[in-house]
Amino acid sequence: MDDSILLAHGSGGKLSHELVEKKILPFLANPALNKLDDSAIFEASGRLAFTTDSYVVNPIFFPGGDIGKLAVCGTVNDLAMNGARPQYLSLSAIIEEGFLLSELEQIVQSIKKAAEEAEVSIITGDTKVVNKGQADKLFITTSGVGIISPGVDISGANARAGDKVLLSGTIGDHGIAIMSQREGLRFSMALESDCAPLNKLVSQMMEVSSRIHCLRDPTRGGLATTLNELARQSKVGIVVEEAKVPVKEEVKAACELLGLDPVYVANEGKLVAVIDPTDTDKILGQMRKNIYGRDAAIVGEVTKEHPGKVIMKTKLGPSRIVDMLSGELLPRIC
Amino acid sequence: MKFIDEYQDNKLARGLAYKIAQRSTKTIRLMEFCGGHTHAILRYGIRQLVPKTVEMRSGPGCPVCVTATADLDKAIALAHLPDVIITTFGDMIRVPGSYSSLQQAKAEGADIRIVYSTIDAVEIAKANPWKSVIFIGIGFETTAPTIAASILKAQQEKIKNFNVLSLNKLTPPVMKALLDSGELKLDGIIGPGHVSVIIGSHPYEFIPRDYGVACVISGFEPLDILLCIDKLMEQIEKGEPKVEIAYPRGVKPEGNRKARQLMEKVFEIGEANWRGIGIVPQSGLKVRGKYERFDADKAFSVSLKPPREPEGCRCGDVIRGAAMPPECKLFGKVCTPESPVGPCMVSSEGACAAYYQYGTPENSQGA
Repeated sequence: MDDSILLAHGSGGKLSHELVEKKILPFLANPALNKLDDSAIFEASGRLAFTTDSYVVNPIFFPGGDIGKLAVCGTVNDLAMNGARPQYLSLSAIIEEGFLLSELEQIVQSIKKAAEEAEVSIITGDTKVVNKGQADKLFITTSGVGIISPGVDISGANARAGDKVLLSGTIGDHGIAIMSQREGLRFSMALESDCAPLNKLVSQMMEVSSRIHCLRDPTRGGLATTLNELARQSKVGIVVEEAKVPVKEEVKAACELLGLDPVYVANEGKLVAVIDPTDTDKILGQMRKNIYGRDAAIVGEVTKEHPGKVIMKTKLGPSRIVDMLSGELLPRIC
Repeated sequence: MKFIDEYQDNKLARGLAYKIAQRSTKTIRLMEFCGGHTHAILRYGIRQLVPKTVEMRSGPGCPVCVTATADLDKAIALAHLPDVIITTFGDMIRVPGSYSSLQQAKAEGADIRIVYSTIDAVEIAKANPWKSVIFIGIGFETTAPTIAASILKAQQEKIKNFNVLSLNKLTPPVMKALLDSGELKLDGIIGPGHVSVIIGSHPYEFIPRDYGVACVISGFEPLDILLCIDKLMEQIEKGEPKVEIAYPRGVKPEGNRKARQLMEKVFEIGEANWRGIGIVPQSGLKVRGKYERFDADKAFSVSLKPPREPEGCRCGDVIRGAAMPPECKLFGKVCTPESPVGPCMVSSEGACAAYYQYGTPENSQGA
């Protein structure tokens, strides 16, 4: 095999088979996938959760992860945010002609590692190759199926006045780590993306409490957008205290420099939990035992006032409305 | 010390706010020139911290916003020329021109690329020797030195396909134009921090001398701005207007000589067209004759239809500080960050975007 992807790798012929058999199967092997049938067959019963997401990140390798890890964690987390236990994933890759096979292998390795950590199996998949210039290196789509235990009802519409709002850790790590690598903006810093599977953290939280009302991972659009979604879906107000939101020094510094607000910067390994106040200590204690929740904090609460809106008490005291992110995050000019 | 939290300290901020309130005996009107200040003021709720006697207006300090519609139309027309790549700072592409926008031109097939620095535009020119790369040069004294540096780099490396459409503007002349117009009586000006890093504090001396208006240069952290307001209040109450620097860690009275030399080498001063203000003499930077092969104005000619402003949009008034964003009938209704009518709602430094994004619970016209 040559060292880069050719159009023939997507032709469905010999090279396609060789690519799957040599570069993908050895890493992701499991009984359902190994059969290489047109569809994967699995047993399931009860309530299932099903989700899909596409990943088009640039650059595809970044400090703390790559597009492969992101594609597994993102879908695993989307399932976990409804209280589902992720089981099976599909994986579909659109590869640009000329993409290096060594890089593909590196990405498949990190998919394997992330899937192992999250204890999910990739049971079906597809690869396509497009002409150079028709895709940006590599696009990945993953779908996932998870099982929801009886009685579990976690939804963005379940927040109630009086609930506490918990955040599992520092915000903005992923967005700033990516931005630091982006063409033309490169700056060097010891900051890694927080990209991580959160399903175990969620199941540990669910072990100690049945009063978790909403869970959501603040990915694109950041914490501010997620809180707005929850406030709108549940028709409640949310009051956040800026001073209680954990932000790493590196992220603070980069945001100051670029004129960005960390509440709008993306995360890939954090969750927001809206919970009944009676279980606050139990849940917070449990979160802090997990590596992905060790900086967990209470950042705000749910109110009857200002339904559909998020109010932030700024560090200096006054309150202001925090809206969803609109448009793209762009560094300031002057 | 990380120099971030220190400038956002709650107790110090309240102390300063108290001091400002103690000094205040009459209603005063301040203008923050810079869009970065407008955002910090609204983001941290500084308007709520200072006493009601302090009225704060936003000025013409958002580079995207002050770009005249006619100039934007020219950029869009250039984008439609064959074998041209337009490079620009991000916010520009969403601003509606008279008949189109750069964003729309891009969707129609024009090659328009967002860059974070002018040097990237030079790199794009290097990588595409068969195309002409035009950088849309907007901004104030802050961005002008880097644009000058990119022209010098292109000359040094003999890159022949790099051009700049220079729409760069200068701050002191437009301040003078605003003060001359007498439209808005000002007591004090919150001087732009980043611009002053380059030009220093001397170019503002005419403000207290000729107009009796206080001028204090401020940084961008909440404590910087409060300290600046306190100094302005002190000057105004004492009736002793002068130029002061409340941002000494960034600004020296003489500014950055090297950056200014770069600017002066490549650019000469000429008139500029400001949205909402019109032609202001001596307020723009034109590429000097010696470097005219990099001047997009000389290298390309496009024919333009007469510009027209969006109906009902009061961006011009907002830019002059004559209207507050919520006074515009379109604000938050027809004009939102998702579907902006005017540039002040597009740019991350625009006053309308700041008022919309950082509305207060009591006064939430926006969100």
